Amino acid sequence: MSKLVTVSKFSDPDAAYLALVQARRNLTETQAAEFDSKLVLILANHIGDLDVLQEAIALAKQAAPAPR
Amino acid sequence: MTNAHKTIYRYDYRRSRDQRGSAVARHPVVAVGAGPVGLAAAIDLAQRGVPVVLLDDADRIGEGSRGICWSKRTLEILDRLGVGERLVQRGVTWKLGKVFSGDELLFSFDLLPEAGHKMPAFINLQQYYLEKALVDRALELELVDLRWKNRVVGVDRLNDGARLTIETPDGPYQLEADWLIAADGARSTIRDLLGLDFSGVTFEDKFLIADVHMAADFPTERRFWFAPSFHSGQSALMHRQPDNVWRIDLQLGPDADTRVEQEPERVRARLDKVLRPHAYELEWVSIYTFNCRRLDRFVHGRVVFIGDAAHQVSPFGARGANSGIQDAENLAWKLAAVLKGEGGTGLIESYDLERVQAADENIGHSTRSTDFMSPHSAAERRLRDAVLALAPQAEFARRMINSGRLSLPKTYDTSLSTPDATAFAGTARLGAPVPDAPLIRRDGTSTHLVESLCGEFELIYVRDAGNDARPQAPEGIKLTIIGDGYHDPDGLFGARFDATPGAAYLVRPDQHLCARWRGFDAAAIARAHARALQR
Repeated sequence: MSKLVTVSKFSDPDAAYLALVQARRNLTETQAAEFDSKLVLILANHIGDLDVLQEAIALAKQAAPAPR
Repeated sequence: MTNAHKTIYRYDYRRSRDQRGSAVARHPVVAVGAGPVGLAAAIDLAQRGVPVVLLDDADRIGEGSRGICWSKRTLEILDRLGVGERLVQRGVTWKLGKVFSGDELLFSFDLLPEAGHKMPAFINLQQYYLEKALVDRALELELVDLRWKNRVVGVDRLNDGARLTIETPDGPYQLEADWLIAADGARSTIRDLLGLDFSGVTFEDKFLIADVHMAADFPTERRFWFAPSFHSGQSALMHRQPDNVWRIDLQLGPDADTRVEQEPERVRARLDKVLRPHAYELEWVSIYTFNCRRLDRFVHGRVVFIGDAAHQVSPFGARGANSGIQDAENLAWKLAAVLKGEGGTGLIESYDLERVQAADENIGHSTRSTDFMSPHSAAERRLRDAVLALAPQAEFARRMINSGRLSLPKTYDTSLSTPDATAFAGTARLGAPVPDAPLIRRDGTSTHLVESLCGEFELIYVRDAGNDARPQAPEGIKLTIIGDGYHDPDGLFGARFDATPGAAYLVRPDQHLCARWRGFDAAAIARAHARALQR
């Protein structure tokens, strides 16, 4: 039974995306990668559920890259 | 390539009476710019009994980059101006959008999933057809004095108006206006002559826009691709127009050479990949970049800016011309009320407040769409591509995909509204245009709420079966009774307005809801009316 929620929970998804974009604006590649790592740890701890975390990891791994 | 667009309609310059003699003529309203926005303003004012002199520096329509997507709200306004049905008939009606990643469909969206609206979510129609319809309508109205080849070269601000210097084929003349409406577009002469700052964000990404003539049975939908195989690494957008014309919009990136990219062989090489195996003819090609910016204020004394002269956005979302026509409608009833002495001058200030709110909403959407489509850095692109990669499996990611959020009217947070004393459910919102609903007239014929509104202040009262007294609306307000005069055949009016017996809704002349009550209270209605007129 899946515990990971993948339906949208933000009332304004555009605003959430904008916040994530703006957080990395003007960062170098290294700074942006470090920022993403810290953000992942903070959000993983906030969720605080290893089953959910494992499901999220699996989803991120299985998603094929977007066409470029 | 020089743009091969044609001059579609030409009009004659005529010497006006104001050019004779040495006295400077004065008019209540002079508007500058006979594009969709200036024409809408002039027609609306004339329909409200206000004479308008409308100046344009050209003598033709059909030139320049062209809007094609006209939104439901704009069509409702154009219907009130007398051209809506004609345009819907001429245009291509659509409401579905599809978003692709590569060549795979990610999701589709429906811009008007519910029934019971007279006007569709959108029509696509070449801008010159819309302008032609508005010019035809303006020429029917004695109160619109449309002057072609009248180019404004000077503006003096007066305490109680403005004085214009105008070049014509017969030489220059001057005019004075109590109110000057600047509808002269993104490169506004009036704005320049007044030295007003027009700053904001310029995006470096270049886009190729092409209209092609082609017999194809692609669906009548807005189709948007991120990185399709036919245009790798960039985005593409396709729209259907009438007359077998298709609009193709291709992202080229910031480094594209504007001159090279317009060479016909180059354009054809790109379009061949998109359109094959269809044969097509190029109708019109342009390369554009865009800005998101606005004037600090839209009202400068007696000079009022509307449309692109006041604000600019990206084309993704069709928020340019649509919001301009909504500016025109917001200003027209207010200016008419001020000129007739029915409204206070605070009304013009409320135009500034309400339409700056609308412009900021449009600029916000436009900027966010652009941030998604044109990432500023590798890190931003990775985030964007992660959203696209997760989208097939995760609904939350699909909701973040932004290929342009399509134009919706602004819900005004404004002192013209009287705050609700009790809660209302439904889709009607204080400060927003009233939602449409089918109605039946007393004689049994069908109509819709929005087309039945008179264009002045109107009180929609829901008959209370337990109280047969016919209420008296305060002076200056037309009374419409649901349940007596009009009937709500499918209950859609009732659901959309959360209409209980005895409920009353005060609608502004621009069809925005400004007050509502659970019961009829003549004194409260009169106060809300005075408030909405800033008296």
